[in-house]
Amino acid sequence: MASPEPDAVLGSFGADPAAATIVAIGGRGPWLLAWERLRRDPVAVGCFVVILLVVAAALGAPLVAHLLGHGPNTQFRDTGLSAEGIPVGPSKKFLFGTDDLGRDVFLRVLYGARISLLAGVSASGIAVFIGVFVGLAAGYIGGIVDTVLSRFMDVVLSLPYLVFAIALVSLVGPSLVISIVVIAMFSWASVGRVVRGQALSAREKEFVESAQALGAGNLRIMVVDVLPNVLGPAIVYATMLIPLSIVFEATLSFLGVGVLPPTATWGNMLAESIPYYRVAWWFVAFPGLALLVTTLAFNLLGDAVRDALDPRGPLARTRKRRWFRG
Amino acid sequence: MGDIVRFLARRLIFSIVVLWFVATIVFFMYFVAPNDVARTLAGRQASAATVAAIRHNLGLDRPLLVQYWSFLGRAAHGNLGFSYLNSRSVLSLVGQRAGVTVSLVVGGAVIWLVIGVGAGMLGATRPRSVIDRATTGIALLFYSMPTFLLGEFLLLVLFFRLHLIGVDWFPGAGYVPLATDPLQWALHLVLPWLTIALITAATYARLTRSSMLDVMGEDYIRTARAKGISRPRILFRHVLRSAITPVVTQFGIDVGTMLGGVVVTENVFGLPGMGQLIVSSITRQDLPTIIGLVLLASAFVIVANIIVDIVYVFLDPRVRLN
Repeated sequence: MASPEPDAVLGSFGADPAAATIVAIGGRGPWLLAWERLRRDPVAVGCFVVILLVVAAALGAPLVAHLLGHGPNTQFRDTGLSAEGIPVGPSKKFLFGTDDLGRDVFLRVLYGARISLLAGVSASGIAVFIGVFVGLAAGYIGGIVDTVLSRFMDVVLSLPYLVFAIALVSLVGPSLVISIVVIAMFSWASVGRVVRGQALSAREKEFVESAQALGAGNLRIMVVDVLPNVLGPAIVYATMLIPLSIVFEATLSFLGVGVLPPTATWGNMLAESIPYYRVAWWFVAFPGLALLVTTLAFNLLGDAVRDALDPRGPLARTRKRRWFRG
Repeated sequence: MGDIVRFLARRLIFSIVVLWFVATIVFFMYFVAPNDVARTLAGRQASAATVAAIRHNLGLDRPLLVQYWSFLGRAAHGNLGFSYLNSRSVLSLVGQRAGVTVSLVVGGAVIWLVIGVGAGMLGATRPRSVIDRATTGIALLFYSMPTFLLGEFLLLVLFFRLHLIGVDWFPGAGYVPLATDPLQWALHLVLPWLTIALITAATYARLTRSSMLDVMGEDYIRTARAKGISRPRILFRHVLRSAITPVVTQFGIDVGTMLGGVVVTENVFGLPGMGQLIVSSITRQDLPTIIGLVLLASAFVIVANIIVDIVYVFLDPRVRLN
């Protein structure tokens, strides 16, 4: 609830007790405080709007295709290519121009949003889920479990992820599902490490001791008492993992080991556009811009969420994994 | 000193276990895989006898565990095997290409350290100023940018646009060894250097800034100021010294990872380095080369981690080896 005006509070002690309304001062938990901070942050709100637009584009792509009367893979050999077979620029019919096969770049960018969002959100979701689970177990149970799990996380973190990811994908054959699995496989460990640290300190708190005194089992304490305390960093990591996963997926597609053509993804489109960047700027610019704006919005939002959840920001110092490097 | 030796020994054992782990995973991964290397190599028209002969020549008809054992034995002796495609040893293939990747990483690392740490310091010393906001914003932009996108963009602007107006400063692709022609070597690498440096520098700027801001809030900095130590001296001797440790960690990991192959950048700029070798051997199903390169890349990361840990002790006396 909104914080009451000072006058309203003092009013109950005023001269006219009958007229004074009793104003309850609502308790504002850390989540509510964070939400309030986030809502007042113009950058966060702006990014949220951009992300909503991308989501709308992804969801509305089939509808737009229906309205336009053609699909993302429809080839316009006559109207979509010049006499020399070169893509045509933006026009009323093709808002973002056409690509090398005379396909509608606008519609393909919209369809590309589906893949990017799906890969980004589900890969980070899986990664955060595994990371929280493993981190919680390592941090709370401790002992040999902690040693084994921590070492395992160290191993995963010290793998050359892009090389490994490509090697893995090449085995099973590229597809969206494989991309998502591979991305999640290489990003859960950084979440796990952070959650482990949080769980380690939460374990020593009095409320855990009191839960133990009340006879709560370990599983219950982990889920009911410790989990809420590690959720903050996990949420921040989730927001920051999404853009990283989107870039990872685009990189795999770009290298030809992600989602295969003719499915429209931003990475695919950019790979296909390379030979044409001299003659068809729109073919490079629009998927590139879509990719950049989306990752930028998620990153800015992630920063804002981190600041909102913990204005002092100990997370700012944590080591981050970046796989799009190289 | 005894501490360091014991620490090193322990880390070395752990590293060997990790490498064995990686080698095993990659080895079995490729044997569980549905692809039949012998058939791929033989071509579509080959008879069953030809395929069997190829399989026998490569030793692929031996029991799996025998193959695994001979693979481990060779790897332990530093022999990464021989390419299926041209029968050359994987190490010689790597040796041929290592120069490209090392040139790319070393040059890039110098640029990204200077830009990244410099921008981070600039922001941290003037928090919330226009300069701070500008550097933070630019850093976030490059942080969000996929490597291949920046590479393409630089090619378009600094190669193609300049080429159109008759200025050919930076070649668009290819590599000239340093020993052949130092100037051409540098010119060919300018765009790739910028690509990896700008994107990596973004992380360093963010890291340096937040780390310095944290340290500047510490009590001992206030004490130093109260003692009347000059601002530059506080910044460099007291703040930076302590704030640089996370940057050193990141630097070690980044350099270690990239030495194993700068996959995207090498492919965008057509540089014949290890990253390109990895992608090409994967598309051609050259099993020994893939395993060798993945092992080598993991080894680089592990060695980098050990070096970082040792450097830590000298940078930060509070850290104890354990």
